[in-house]
Amino acid sequence: MSKHTFSLGGVHPHDNKISRECPITPLPIAPTVYLSVAQHIGAPSVPCVAVGDKVKVGQVIAQPGGFVGAFIHSSVSGTVKSIAPRADLAGRASTHIEIAVEGDEWLEGIDTSDTLITTIPEDPKAIVEKIKLGGVVGLGGATFPTHVKLSPPPGSKCERVIINGCECEPYLTSDFRTLLEKGEQVVVGAALLQKAMGGVPCTIAIEENKPEAIAHINEVIAKLGYKDMDVMVMKMMYPQGGEKQLIDAVMHRQVGSGALPISVGAVVQNVATALAVYDAVQKNKPIVDNSVTVTGQCFPKQANLLVRVGTPLQYIIDYLGGIPADAAKIISGGPMMGRAVANLQAATVKGTGALLFLTEAQTKRAPETNCIRCGKCADACPMGLEPFLLNKLSKNADWDACEANAAQDCIECGCCLYSCPAHIPLLDNIRVGKGFVLSAIRARAAAAKAAAEAAKK
Amino acid sequence: MLNIFIWTIAVVTVLGLVLALVLYLVAQKFKVEEDPRIDEVEKAMPGANCGGCGFAGCRAFAEAAVKAPNLDNNYCPVGGNDTMAKVAAILGYEVKAKAPMVATVRCNGNCEARPKVNTYDGFASCYVKSLLYTGDTGCAFGCLGCGDCVNACQFGALSMDPVTGLPVVDQEKCTACGACVKACPKRIIELRPKGPRGMRMFVSCVNKDKGPVAKKACASACIGCGICAKTCTHEAITVEGNIAYIDPAKCKLCRECEAMCPTGAIHGVNFPKPLDKDAIKERIKVRQQKAKEAAEAAKKEAANE
Amino acid sequence: MNKLLVSPSPHIHSKDSTRSLMLDVVIALLPTVICTFILYGWREIMVMGVSVASCVLLEWAITKYMLKKPSTIGDLSAVITGILLALNLPFTTPWWVVVIGSVVAIGVAKMTFGGLGQNIWNPALVGRVFLLVSFPTYMTTWSAPQGLFGLDAVTQATPLGAIQEGLLQGSSIQEIMSAGEYTYSKMLFANMGGSAGEFCVIFLLLGFVYLCLRKVIKPWITLSIFGTVALTSLIFWGIDPSRFTDPLFNLLSGGMVLGACFMATDYVTSPMSVKGGIIFGVGIGFLTMMIRYFGSYPEGMSFAILIMNSVVPLINMGFKQKKFGRK
Repeated sequence: MSKHTFSLGGVHPHDNKISRECPITPLPIAPTVYLSVAQHIGAPSVPCVAVGDKVKVGQVIAQPGGFVGAFIHSSVSGTVKSIAPRADLAGRASTHIEIAVEGDEWLEGIDTSDTLITTIPEDPKAIVEKIKLGGVVGLGGATFPTHVKLSPPPGSKCERVIINGCECEPYLTSDFRTLLEKGEQVVVGAALLQKAMGGVPCTIAIEENKPEAIAHINEVIAKLGYKDMDVMVMKMMYPQGGEKQLIDAVMHRQVGSGALPISVGAVVQNVATALAVYDAVQKNKPIVDNSVTVTGQCFPKQANLLVRVGTPLQYIIDYLGGIPADAAKIISGGPMMGRAVANLQAATVKGTGALLFLTEAQTKRAPETNCIRCGKCADACPMGLEPFLLNKLSKNADWDACEANAAQDCIECGCCLYSCPAHIPLLDNIRVGKGFVLSAIRARAAAAKAAAEAAKK
Repeated sequence: MLNIFIWTIAVVTVLGLVLALVLYLVAQKFKVEEDPRIDEVEKAMPGANCGGCGFAGCRAFAEAAVKAPNLDNNYCPVGGNDTMAKVAAILGYEVKAKAPMVATVRCNGNCEARPKVNTYDGFASCYVKSLLYTGDTGCAFGCLGCGDCVNACQFGALSMDPVTGLPVVDQEKCTACGACVKACPKRIIELRPKGPRGMRMFVSCVNKDKGPVAKKACASACIGCGICAKTCTHEAITVEGNIAYIDPAKCKLCRECEAMCPTGAIHGVNFPKPLDKDAIKERIKVRQQKAKEAAEAAKKEAANE
Repeated sequence: MNKLLVSPSPHIHSKDSTRSLMLDVVIALLPTVICTFILYGWREIMVMGVSVASCVLLEWAITKYMLKKPSTIGDLSAVITGILLALNLPFTTPWWVVVIGSVVAIGVAKMTFGGLGQNIWNPALVGRVFLLVSFPTYMTTWSAPQGLFGLDAVTQATPLGAIQEGLLQGSSIQEIMSAGEYTYSKMLFANMGGSAGEFCVIFLLLGFVYLCLRKVIKPWITLSIFGTVALTSLIFWGIDPSRFTDPLFNLLSGGMVLGACFMATDYVTSPMSVKGGIIFGVGIGFLTMMIRYFGSYPEGMSFAILIMNSVVPLINMGFKQKKFGRK
């Protein structure tokens, strides 16, 4: 079988999937959960419950704050204790709804059985509406509201749905376990997405280091007999799971700078999102839990846990035996793009995919030395940028030059910093440049819009 | 032999003259008519090209100042009143003297008062750090300590104190250009009037958290208790969003707030004498006692009538 | 609990470091170095020792006493400069000339610009060219290899030198070659006079393959140099074989392999992109052949590399990698 991958750059860190044999097990519900109203890209949701209200699992507790927004459902049953600012894992305060857990009572109408429902509803609009009501967001990390992605702007047409099962980040195994244990549901979810996009073909992309998952999904597709659905085996390469890279690898089309995947006719959804779509459409079950990989060489108890959204990180860690003595860094997500945890009291969000423990030897940055102009960063960059140059321009605060050299195209995958032999904090600085360039672009767009409106008048 | 010398000298001289003529003609042809006052104003400027005035550099300032109808919007903070007087003389404008300003760091969360709760391991830049998270201390508002302000200062007026981990302003060198104010992602640095003989009062904290939260993160945080505002007899202090602010225009430098502040967040600098807390507290007590008595007396009087 | 580290992503790093990359280059050079020791004996060991020691010592002293910065000798780049300089000198070079070469290489060509990564020209080559210009007697007295314990050096002209000389006297290439007994097998198996590293072709190529396999360098620069040299000389040789040397001869002589494999591929002084690297290699190959055929120096590799080093910033600006999703 030929193996596919994207055309530019990429790195190949050791995949370290040490928790791959751990089945997904549910985590006991925490005594108190904290649900952030800002756990997706877009406008924060608006709470629609009051302090003292009794809520059930699956009940809407916050409504979308705008077009790009998502419903938030209670992940537990209990009483709303407070609606107040609370620090997230970076210490930044955002509104959280605190719920004291009492029992585990689900809202009526939610099908909690294991029966597989394979009949696909006929109306694509109804599918998208149900996805919206289920509060489904992209669970691959970006947490972009799925229903928005499934509503392409007029004039653009979807030609292929890609289900992202690459899980190219080292250590992470939750998508792999999902494919293995809930393969049927994922495939039905994929079929639903296919239908929602107008019956286009669908590709499930899985990296070659997950042969069991590849075999299983092939079997399931054959068994369920959905049309135009295939599995594509991908070469192991980071960042294969990046949206633009995956489209390049699967469809050999490159999404332009600042453009959306739909501009080349692609819609990419993560495996976990496909499962959430299945739950939302077939079972009326909104996102109340997600699978979280807890792993790391220094962590004694590897696990893939099914965690209710809003569970404090500390609770998960305590359940598995606390922080090991030699852990120097805790990361929410993978080691390449995950975020370092500064506040263990922070609660999980829909997009939390992993908790990773790294030792000082694994993660402590070495001191920066002179650039030796080896060009390894440019070779590694999957966007074809020149990180060494952007680093310098950003340090000199030359934002115009940053824009000319496409700092805004950076996907922050971390390949440059990963591969730099001089340990230069390339990405740290490029992110700054990218931020300034993007705000300059937005300011220009706003100014142009204002000028156009003024001209109309 | 001599011939060679003579010829060489002659040829070089003629060549020089011809080239000079060409240069002169070209310069004449491409001459740009400019207001000669621009050059004069530029000469009067400090020449730091720091951009503190809001223009790209001293030349840009000079061009703008010459074009402007008055000097109200053009003020060089670096040169101060002396420079502006010169500029005004050249242009024949009036200029209002402005109080000299100085950069003031409004965070006093040193390593002891504000212990570190995690270790930052990224690029040593406050901006990068602030993009990532709220910082390596419990305080989400305080100084990040990576020295972006120090790097921004081109007058060498800022330095990091290795003991406190906070930036220190050398007020002799500070020109109030405002580069550090812009560089600080936490907006901690403020330009405040230097005050008479450098004496000035300010709240050295910008933590907007509620009292107990702020106090937990930093022992010397402003907890928004409002004691200073109650104490102040000049209405110079306002407490808004759990943080006190001293209006330098109203402050009379009595130092009562500094003495009363329970956390030591209010700082007075350049006073000749050290703060005698007890004496001031006693003074306030006596005054408040008197006021109380007077109020009671007034009450009684009102009741009697 | 100890305090947790917090940093922006990524949180892991590849095993590569400047030191590990440089160590790979040293390993790649080792067979050649050992080969020269065996061929040229104790005098070569001395030249190599003096060169490496003086380069390292100098860098250490400059960082410590002049720049007052932490020492950078740990990155091993000075060791490489030392080895390359020694390989570029005849084994008969007196020790003090070697030291002067090191001073120019490290002191002038490298540290003046700010140390590793900041220099415009390859330090070892600058050192070599400086010596070539300043001490032509020592630098052009080539001696044929005498073996590990040989004592008397037999002076011999290098093939390129002999051809230059012979052409001036009106002989044809074939006559010169047979007169000097220059054969390809001798050139290939390092049985020939010249700079120490000039004729250890097989070992140099071995090191080059090692570096490519370890992904320390990309082969494009080297291959484009070889290709251009072969093509250019093929054309000229085809026009007049009695005046112009043939492609194989040019590939094997005058430090071509050493230069193309180890000097031109130096990270710091070569372009970043593959496209730029190929342009760079073509430039070196062409300039080398022009200098060899028409210049007054018999060999042109060092000069060609230094000239192309100077235009690397331009190449970097002009030949960029294609950006994702952009035209």
